[in-house]
Amino acid sequence: MLRQQVQGLGRWFINTVQRLGRGNLFFLRVIRGFPALIFRQPGLLISQLHIVGVLSLLIIVVSSVNVGMVLGLQMYNTLVDFGAESSLGPAVGLSLVRELGPVMAALLFAGRAGSALTAEIGLMKATEQLDGMEMMAVDPVRRIVAPRLLAGIISLPLLAAIFSAVGIFGAYFVGVGMLGGDAGAFWSQMQAKIDWHDDIINGIIKSVVFGIVVTWIAVFEGYDAVPTAEGVSRATTRAVVNGSLAILALDFLLTAIMFNG
Amino acid sequence: MTSLTTQQGEKDRLVEIRKLVFGYAERKIFSGFDIDIRRGQVTAIMGPSGTGKTTLLRMIGGQLAPQSGQVIVDGLDVVKLSRKELYKLRRRIGMLFQNGALFTGLNVYDNVAFPLREHTQLPETMIRDIVLIKLEAVGLRGGHALMPNELSGGMARRVALARAIALDPMVIMYDEPFTGLDPITVGVVMQLIRKLNDALGLTSIIISHDVQEICAISDYLYLLSNGRVVGQGTPAEMQANESPAVYQFMHGQPDGPVPFHYPAPALVDDLLPKPTVAKC
Amino acid sequence: MNRKGAIEIAVGIFVMLGLASLFVLALKMSNFGVLAGNNGYTLTARFEDIGGLKVQSPVNAGGVRIGRVTRIRYDQESYQAEVTLFINDQYNRFPLDSSAGIFTSGLLGEQYVGLEPGAEEDFLKEGDTITLTQSAFVMERVLGQLLYSKAAE
Repeated sequence: MLRQQVQGLGRWFINTVQRLGRGNLFFLRVIRGFPALIFRQPGLLISQLHIVGVLSLLIIVVSSVNVGMVLGLQMYNTLVDFGAESSLGPAVGLSLVRELGPVMAALLFAGRAGSALTAEIGLMKATEQLDGMEMMAVDPVRRIVAPRLLAGIISLPLLAAIFSAVGIFGAYFVGVGMLGGDAGAFWSQMQAKIDWHDDIINGIIKSVVFGIVVTWIAVFEGYDAVPTAEGVSRATTRAVVNGSLAILALDFLLTAIMFNG
Repeated sequence: MTSLTTQQGEKDRLVEIRKLVFGYAERKIFSGFDIDIRRGQVTAIMGPSGTGKTTLLRMIGGQLAPQSGQVIVDGLDVVKLSRKELYKLRRRIGMLFQNGALFTGLNVYDNVAFPLREHTQLPETMIRDIVLIKLEAVGLRGGHALMPNELSGGMARRVALARAIALDPMVIMYDEPFTGLDPITVGVVMQLIRKLNDALGLTSIIISHDVQEICAISDYLYLLSNGRVVGQGTPAEMQANESPAVYQFMHGQPDGPVPFHYPAPALVDDLLPKPTVAKC
Repeated sequence: MNRKGAIEIAVGIFVMLGLASLFVLALKMSNFGVLAGNNGYTLTARFEDIGGLKVQSPVNAGGVRIGRVTRIRYDQESYQAEVTLFINDQYNRFPLDSSAGIFTSGLLGEQYVGLEPGAEEDFLKEGDTITLTQSAFVMERVLGQLLYSKAAE
């Protein structure tokens, strides 16, 4: 009885380590395709930027307006009790630029673009499209996976920046436009408090890391999927769940490194 | 790149498979057999489901490596080729997957143009000419703007065939080309396989278990079962073959060397009530 | 071809939006505009007590942000806190006898260094030390002094 549990744990651990190894080798293989992609087939990258980036824009903007407005409302109401409503700008700005922008954008990205990537690549595997490409002497890792990964890495930082900027305007709209806070204090306090290097550059670094990890998990899950309908659906779920967990774990790690120094 | 033993008639063998062994610890898929595929012929490899026919095609294409044995295609030992050499060889191999494996994101025209754009520097006008000629050969020139999801199963396979011949390969491999098609389409695909083979001077390898269709279009047959070649010959020879394994397959007998029953204890033993054993 | 063009335009707009957001974040919402680049000069000031001053705290003059605190250390020779200030290049006309103080913005706000211009004709430059300083207002100390003087009466 106990022996079985121990054996199960061992098997799980070995499988996990093997998957990690496969994932890392896969990542290196994909990266090696980047130069050829950029210099010889930029068209592939552009069409993926459209699918991965542009098509995620709507959900990013809608969510960030919402998040910004809620932040504006809640923080204003709390701060006004202390007569500190002039701190609304920095409070909203810092939380968006440092945390909510990169993290929320990455989570939404994992749900919107990541799942689509996994499903697409998994389906291509299940319908032998990847094998077919391989037999046509075209490396699917370079032709299919590389443009998608690079598009994800480029798109997420841009989406996160849009999230933060739009969110701040959302908070401004509620805190200043509707609740009557002071516009000058909102902007000047924010400018005084948000440091472009410590806050904005670090926020960008975060979202670049998230972009790499989320897209990597998504394309790997698709490429590694069991080539059946069930396998693809499982892989898609795993891509979103693992991607989101990785974002949260990395966020904690990166925040601890960046903002405690 | 290994030099081959010079034998008579070696020149006209395009694919030579020698002592092929492949399988997992508990289950051997191939336990050492030889297959020769002659240039210019349509050779069929038949066998019941699950005998690893598709695996064999993957080995010829170098996607899988056998545990031992040789796969020689046009004088090259596929197993020993570097990745670059393998890719070079694959440009001369066309493959038709079971369901066509068309790229779902590209329309018919772009699917056929895909290998040309990837492997040649031809100007777009020339690619257009080649694509239309290939589509004409499979009778689908009029459908070049359709997307794969608008095609029927037979049309998808014909488009895939046009794509497989886009680079004028020396050999085409067909993986179950008749599965899931209606009788008319089966006739169309049969005719295409034979015609393309003869008109373009190709060599064709067909994996299938559709005995009637295969006998009608192939020059030579191999029958695989339990990891070995259990029979080979021209269609007429195979039809007349009296060995039980070949006879059962060629004539579709439900029971024979391939048993009807999955291995099980005697029925009586299973039906008799047994004392229940408490589980730990 | 037409579809391809539309995609390229959409991607172009997307990239522009993203970069514009970064730009707005950097210029309008952070101190990037205030402290354009890293051009500036450093001054040091010694305080008896710096209270809650931190690295990155603002340096203001007349309420306008002109720089930031880049380093804080304790000097064992003079038993004082030594604060390094980074002042933006465009504010390079502070007289030598300018004074620095540590103030609190609002009742609960953060602490900052305030520069008070003096009357000398020469200006402070890279590496100079501000000699006239006023320490932070520390509530406990002030209350303590108040109680002490009351008790003495």
